[in-house]
Amino acid sequence: MDLSLSTRTVGDRTVVEVGGEIDVYTAPKLREQLVELVNDGSYHLVVDMERVDFLDSTGLGVLVGGLKRVRAHEGSLRLVCNQERILKIFRITGLTKVFPIHTSVDEAVAAKD
Amino acid sequence: MPTVELRFSALPEHVRTARLVAAAVARRAGVDEAVLDEVRLAVGEACLRAVGLHQHNGLSGPVRVVLTEEEKKFSIEVGDDAPTAPGHVPAARSTAETHPDPDGDGNASGPGGDDADVDDEMGLAVISGLVDDVEVTASESGGTIRMSWPAATAAPGS
Repeated sequence: MDLSLSTRTVGDRTVVEVGGEIDVYTAPKLREQLVELVNDGSYHLVVDMERVDFLDSTGLGVLVGGLKRVRAHEGSLRLVCNQERILKIFRITGLTKVFPIHTSVDEAVAAKD
Repeated sequence: MPTVELRFSALPEHVRTARLVAAAVARRAGVDEAVLDEVRLAVGEACLRAVGLHQHNGLSGPVRVVLTEEEKKFSIEVGDDAPTAPGHVPAARSTAETHPDPDGDGNASGPGGDDADVDDEMGLAVISGLVDDVEVTASESGGTIRMSWPAATAAPGS
């Protein structure tokens, strides 16, 4: 399965809805999307991963890269994920300490630093 | 004797194929459905790492994946041709350990230049976190990641 991406604005946040597989083959598309958003001045991102079927370390690398970019502008990158198999990957790599992970888009949008 | 053996050019686009084949063979070997996701992810990470090592070292040879159905065990071996000096065995460390300042300014204190640098360490961290039985070896002639999972004996005729 391929990667699907869509973005929408909720208040001062930009929600990026990701679906499908984030792997070495598709991760560049996600990277481009995040870079484009930051270049266009969207510094508060919420990445909704509820429809992601597969995530590998390349995808993690892109998310970490996105986090670095928004932080360079005092921004934020929050994740929405309830899938245990995806959450497990964040836990074993220690990235749960790096990314705020929320159970819903509403919760992520309402969250303050 | 291996059940299935794959050799593919060291290109990222073939990693997905290797993942799909490994998951299919693992399923046939009787690996629990709940664990198949982990098999898929671990094989993908091992192949990614091998592809990266081949590209980094300018090696033209293929990456090797050997899938073996054993008694009550399913094992996967991913081999690369990247030479490592004797005595230097790459350790699989967790990202949290190698980047002791993850929640500071987001700039890891390790080699954290760009996204790509993070990937390799993270790949090994994912593998060692996912797979209980894993062995990473390296020698002058290349490296190998061996992983195994428990498997039920396949049903007769399956």
